[in-house]
Amino acid sequence: MKVAVLRFPGTNCDFDTQYAFEKLGHTTQLVWHENTELPADIDLVVVPGGFSYGDYLRSGSIARFAPVMKAVTSYANNGGKVLGICNGFQILTEAGLLPGALKRNNNLHFISKHQNLCVINNDNAFLNQCTKGEVLNIPIAHADGNYYIDDTGLKNLEDNGQVLLRYSDTNGEPVVVNGSVTSIAGVCNENKNVFGLMPHPERALEAILGSEDGVRMLKGFDA
Amino acid sequence: MTAVVNVFLKEGVLDPQGKAAHHALDSLGFSGVADVRIGKQIIIQLETTDKTKAQAEVKEMCETLLANTVIEDYTIEIN
Repeated sequence: MKVAVLRFPGTNCDFDTQYAFEKLGHTTQLVWHENTELPADIDLVVVPGGFSYGDYLRSGSIARFAPVMKAVTSYANNGGKVLGICNGFQILTEAGLLPGALKRNNNLHFISKHQNLCVINNDNAFLNQCTKGEVLNIPIAHADGNYYIDDTGLKNLEDNGQVLLRYSDTNGEPVVVNGSVTSIAGVCNENKNVFGLMPHPERALEAILGSEDGVRMLKGFDA
Repeated sequence: MTAVVNVFLKEGVLDPQGKAAHHALDSLGFSGVADVRIGKQIIIQLETTDKTKAQAEVKEMCETLLANTVIEDYTIEIN
C-alpha cells in the first residue's frame, strides 16, 4: 500500500504517521501543503496531527484552504480513502469532508493521556480488523476535541453506521472525556471512505510504549 | 470602511469558556449573572467606500473562513 502523509506548517505527527505505516510494511510519501496534486497510485491519504497554521482562528480552519486540500477533496469525492487524525480530523470537518465540528474541550484543558475507546461500527475500510464493542487503548492529546453535531446530524450518523468510536471505560460504556456529543471520538462520511478521529493510533504500536492496539486499527486499510 | 465581525457559538451549543467565566463570576459573588457567552471580535479594514458592497464581501468572508456555521453565528457591523 502507498500512503500519502500531508504536511502543513505546524504539523507534528507526520514522522510518527510515516513510521506507523512503514512499520506495517507500506511505503509512505510526505506531501507538502503547497502541492496541488497528490502522488500517483496512492491507496490512502493521511492528514496527521499537529497544530496546522498555529490553530489560529479555529483548529484546521486555515489548513483546509491549503492548495493540497483541493486535491484531497477531489480524491475523496472520487472514492479515495482519507484518514484524519486529531488535527487532521479537525481539518476534514472544516473542509466539509466530514460532518460536525470540533470545539474546545469542556474543561478547557489540553488533555493528554491514554484513553479507552469502544468500537461502535467496524463495517468500514478502517476498523474492519476490530470487533464491534471491542475496547481499545489509544492515546489522546488535544484541546479542541469536543465533537459537536446537531440532533438531526447525529441521527443520520447513527442510522448510517458512521459513528466509529466512543470514549469509554474498560467495559465499553461511554464516558465523558472532553464533552463530545454522545462521547464520540471518531466518525466517517456517508460513503465510508473519509475517516476522522481525535485519538492517535499511530502512537499505539508497541506494548512497551503502553499499547499496541493502534496496529489493529491501521491494518484495516490494507485488509 | 471598518467591518466589525462578532462570532459566537450558536444558541444551544454549549460554550465551555462562557460557562467557566460564569462559574468564576458566581464564586466572586456576582450572583445576578444569568448567562455568559464568549466569542471573538474580528475587525477588518476595507478599501471600499460602498457599504452594500462591504456588507456582501464581509458576509462571504464569514461564510468562507471567519465563522464555522456548523457551530457558530456571526454579526457584521459596517462603519
